[in-house]
Amino acid sequence: MPTIHSAERWLLRRPGSPMPHNPALGRRGVARFAGRAGLAGVAALALAGCSVIGTGSDSGTGTGSEDSDGEGGGVVQVVTHDSFHVSEELIADFEAESGYTVELSAPGDGGALVNQLILTADSPLGDVAYGVDNSFASRALEEGVFESYTSPALPASAEEYLVEGSDALTPIDIGDVCLNVDHEWFAEAGIDEPETFEDLLEEQYEDLLVVTNPATSSPGLAFLLATVGAFGEDGWLEYWEGLADNGLKVVDGWSDAYSVDFSGSAGEGDRPIVLSYSTSPAFEVAEGETEAPTGALLSTCFRQIEYAGVIAGAANPEGGQAFIDFLLSDEVQADIPEQMYVYPVNDQVELPESWTQFAPLAEDPHSVDPAEIDAHRDEWIQEWTATVIG
Amino acid sequence: MDGDGHRVSSPRPGSGRVRGGRWRGVGAARGLVWGLAAAVPLIFLGVFFGYPVASLIARGFVTDGMLDLGGFAEVFSRPRTWRIIRLTLTQAVLGTAGAVLLGIPGAYVLYRRDFPGRAVLRAVVTVPFVLPTVVVGVAFRTLLADSGPLGFLGLDGTFAAIVLALVFFNYAVVVRTVGGLWERLDPRTEQAARALGASPARAFLGVTLPALMPAIASAASVVFLFCATAFGVVLVLGGVQFGTIETEIWIQTTQFLDLRTAAVLSVAQLVVVAGSLALFSRARHRRERALRLQSTSTRPTPLRLWQHHRPGPDLLPTAATAVVVGLLVLLPIATLVVRSLRTPSGWGLGNYVALGTTGGDNALTVTVWEAAANSLRIAVDATVLAVVMGVLVALVLSRRPRHLAARRAIGWMDGLVMLPLGVSAVTVGFGFLISLDTPPLDLRSSPVLIPIAQAIVAMPLVVRVVLPVLRAIDPRLREVAAVLGASPGRVLTAVDLPFLIRSAGLAIGFAFAVSLGEFGATAFLARPDRPTLPVVIFRLIGRPGAENYGMALAASVLLALLTAGVMGLAERLRGEHAGEL
Repeated sequence: MPTIHSAERWLLRRPGSPMPHNPALGRRGVARFAGRAGLAGVAALALAGCSVIGTGSDSGTGTGSEDSDGEGGGVVQVVTHDSFHVSEELIADFEAESGYTVELSAPGDGGALVNQLILTADSPLGDVAYGVDNSFASRALEEGVFESYTSPALPASAEEYLVEGSDALTPIDIGDVCLNVDHEWFAEAGIDEPETFEDLLEEQYEDLLVVTNPATSSPGLAFLLATVGAFGEDGWLEYWEGLADNGLKVVDGWSDAYSVDFSGSAGEGDRPIVLSYSTSPAFEVAEGETEAPTGALLSTCFRQIEYAGVIAGAANPEGGQAFIDFLLSDEVQADIPEQMYVYPVNDQVELPESWTQFAPLAEDPHSVDPAEIDAHRDEWIQEWTATVIG
Repeated sequence: MDGDGHRVSSPRPGSGRVRGGRWRGVGAARGLVWGLAAAVPLIFLGVFFGYPVASLIARGFVTDGMLDLGGFAEVFSRPRTWRIIRLTLTQAVLGTAGAVLLGIPGAYVLYRRDFPGRAVLRAVVTVPFVLPTVVVGVAFRTLLADSGPLGFLGLDGTFAAIVLALVFFNYAVVVRTVGGLWERLDPRTEQAARALGASPARAFLGVTLPALMPAIASAASVVFLFCATAFGVVLVLGGVQFGTIETEIWIQTTQFLDLRTAAVLSVAQLVVVAGSLALFSRARHRRERALRLQSTSTRPTPLRLWQHHRPGPDLLPTAATAVVVGLLVLLPIATLVVRSLRTPSGWGLGNYVALGTTGGDNALTVTVWEAAANSLRIAVDATVLAVVMGVLVALVLSRRPRHLAARRAIGWMDGLVMLPLGVSAVTVGFGFLISLDTPPLDLRSSPVLIPIAQAIVAMPLVVRVVLPVLRAIDPRLREVAAVLGASPGRVLTAVDLPFLIRSAGLAIGFAFAVSLGEFGATAFLARPDRPTLPVVIFRLIGRPGAENYGMALAASVLLALLTAGVMGLAERLRGEHAGEL
């Protein structure tokens, strides 16, 4: 064997003897490496504190479902979408008053949330879910993932948002998805701003509109539903054909459209009309200014209603109910605009000043019957895709 | 762990007779140890990957308690399905080809040549690998949109933009995997070829390139899988128009809850991925062989751009690398950095100061710094897991047992550990939900799932980085060591360990980077009160207002810096100055 000599040499080798091109490097190299690795390891650990698994001392690292079967108190597991946000002090107050401990999980956006609740119906993810909206509500109800519950805290102004024929979902907040325009762009270009859906088909608005894809974005779906509401089940697709012919641009997600293509926000893109929310202009007001550089077209809005419900088969249904009452309390309702950028369902609650000024709700938003949405949602998205994307 | 699966007993009857009895006993013990080494990662993958995925796919094929495979006929009769499969393969092949062709000169310049700033550049090229796709998507679109600096190219919303972005993301995988082997390749073989009169090109094609093939194939297979299953990039830059199997599974699952279609597509994706892996593994197999490796890196020579008033041999690769790094890597990153310095009140560090807050209008539940600390903590766990499992797998796979059955088993295992890169994240995530839901495995809301999910993504990368180096070790070294009386454990520590340690630095860096940048599974599993850096970036960029947007960009730059820092540290672990020994 040709390599025997070198192999023999390295086996018998004394530390430090030079061994060029021998893959079994000297022990000193290993030692030096180990020293370096140790140092770096210490540095990395110091940097990172230490591992999650290693400590486990933070509160609420357990799954908690075992603790939640006691009456009065225990854990309330709240499943929400990833935009859920309520002030920490309010949650702490709720915990102190009710004796419950709140555990949150937020496994995705509104659509993903509903689908997860359906998939896990045999072994529920938690006690109460918040964040199901009216474009998905009927699917959740159909699958029976929620239990009946009528909250005594439900304000009168919320009754119009109850789902017809079911008492399993409690409306918590509302928001309008509308087209936004860049006032400054239109002023500079000397073109009148569009006001209605039909305006957008005119030649002067060619190549000015960017919207999001209803298959991948929830405002996109809401806008599709707005056109169904406006033009009816027979006319909406034709309207989209017109939009496509007039240089409509479709991108995947809201952040993409708003921050890259829209001219009125951080992106300084080249399209002055974008699909967003009626509240978006309030965020564009620079400090010390009294005018919003953008505005919402209130005749193009679809109203999104977000619901909460007690999950069927929950370990702690009383806790879930208590949490729904908590969401309807005046404190949380007043907290909602600042935290989640949507309107509370309780219209008696005072709104932030900038909202009354820059973020009005549409007076007459478009709507589609939830049962209709449920029956046709997938079909509409597919027709839309075939027509607009091809 | 010790032991050596390699059969070292001499084929000559003489030696067998002398020591046969002892060898048999040792052989059995050794088999047990290697069996265990293989079983641990396989069980890990089985529980946290195979079982959840199988559960979800199975659900798609069961209607009213009956097995129903009608979905196959239905889904495959749609022209859209075939178009999607074709697009998936096309973009993956183009993305891989681009990354490999551009990455090889990059590996040469960054690993075989010395110049000021090399270490920094090496760290910088890895940054794209971890940047959140939503941020990269926005950065790319900012560049390519009609109003952007590269708008004149007309690439916005085109297939070419997607391929470019795929190359952007995966360039580092090729540069680093190939560079890692290249810098330890004994240069004398090529020098000998040159001395015998071969032109530089011929010496490269005839000697160096074949020697690099295992690493190239290794990198290519990883890149191919990343490209074939790319999700965010395709959605942001292409939308439904250029959908892939992955985006289609996502839409079918999260939007339509059409598990039947999703299951069929998942199976189709598995078939595509397994088929590609088989092709790669055959290509790799033929190329892999013992190489002359040096355990210490060769002292790199300075760049020879210009020699004797003529273009030097390094001019072309350097120019190619400069263009790629400049246009494809630095420009998008620079766009991010520049825009992160723009605040509503003019240029400044305002967005970075804001990282200590919870964002405009309380966009976040924690500050960005806290999220960064979470990310680092989780990354430590994920890295430990991924490296331990990945190294175990690589050690097992690097053996060349005599038994055909054992060799076959190793071949299967090789493919198996790559599969996590080839299965849609949404399938894995939803699979977790419906399968890990009964004690003692009700882990759905447990924080341990996050590092586990990240480790599963990082593990194939660890294997592919470590394995080419281990496989390049001449097996005779191990045989000789054993014949000379070294115990199997000693063989492992003396022969394999030195190489393992060198490549482990790179593997650790990659595992850490994967964990820092991972978004899909993390967003699915992260608790709202303990988000990671990519999760808060995603939240921030999804909020209106210039403040939050600026903060998202600043946080992305922070993530990029962390990654570059970790990669730089990993470089040091690999013994940058080992040549001084």
